[in-house]
Amino acid sequence: MDTSFFLAWIKEAATAVQAERDHLTQLDAAIGDADHGANLDRGFAAVRQALADTPPETPGAVLVQAGSALIRKVGGASGPLYGTAFRQMGRALGDAPEITPAGLVTALEAAQEGVQKLGGAAEGDKTLVDAFAPAVRALAQAVQDGAKLADALETATTAAEEGARATVPLQARKGRASYLGPRSVGHEDPGAASTVLIFTALRRAAGQA
Amino acid sequence: MDDQAQAASQAQAQAQAQAMVGIVIVSHSARLAEEVAAIAREIGGENVPVAAAGGTDDGGLGTSLDKVIAAIESVDQGMGVVLIPDLGSSVLTAKLVEEPGSVVIADVPLVEGAIAAAVTVGGGASLPDVLASAEEARTFRKL
Repeated sequence: MDTSFFLAWIKEAATAVQAERDHLTQLDAAIGDADHGANLDRGFAAVRQALADTPPETPGAVLVQAGSALIRKVGGASGPLYGTAFRQMGRALGDAPEITPAGLVTALEAAQEGVQKLGGAAEGDKTLVDAFAPAVRALAQAVQDGAKLADALETATTAAEEGARATVPLQARKGRASYLGPRSVGHEDPGAASTVLIFTALRRAAGQA
Repeated sequence: MDDQAQAASQAQAQAQAQAMVGIVIVSHSARLAEEVAAIAREIGGENVPVAAAGGTDDGGLGTSLDKVIAAIESVDQGMGVVLIPDLGSSVLTAKLVEEPGSVVIADVPLVEGAIAAAVTVGGGASLPDVLASAEEARTFRKL
């Protein structure tokens, strides 16, 4: 995976967030403050702008730059969280021009660690971690088993989807939804839903490669 | 050195001696941040460096990293800065700019914490003392 692969991923993610903007906001309206779709869409628009203004030369630089734009422009909690995820991934990739599947796994593990350290959420708290963590685990396993990249990412995306669906019966323990207590049960977490979009975008980027 | 230069140099020395810990109020709302900063200044003393970083860059509800960074720079007199966030993205954004020993977060109620911090700053306290005083506000009982 080279720089153009990671640029393709970000572009796919931005397109998916834009397409699902209203759906994310509807999910957020149920248990949050109804801004997740709009915030993330604004953030990814800023990411595309930043990448167009100063084209990065390495995969790591793509992700660090994307993360920084998300942190600056989202405005909601998903900005620092996804921004940290992308920045940590980018840092983990360093200056390497070409990334192996194992390198991608390591970077995603660093991203997950960064998100959990910043937000303090564990699996089961009804947050994006509930989709992110199983996706990273599934990817790590598939890569270790020698699966082809596109197949491994398909497995990861399925795990993210299952993780997001599994947030429906959970009671939120982090973020704005946690104030609702038991009333947060019965709704999918918007952050978990947007994490599915980001993994789906990654699989699509692999399909193009 | 003429009298004027000497006076200026004395004023500068005095200003350095009186350097204070800075306070930054980070809120989802620009107006809320401004008003909390105003009440903290009112009670703590008008020379207490308190800055507001509220709302997003386009004036909506949320947090702006750039506003937080600018606010920190505006109150940093070399004695350290205490960030007092409201909740959610304000806390996460504050955590991104945290620098142990120089830029620290007070885990406190916004109004009570800001006032406690401002009063302590006004008394010339150090960063750890200001933080400790602000954090006492967490358990402060009103009744």
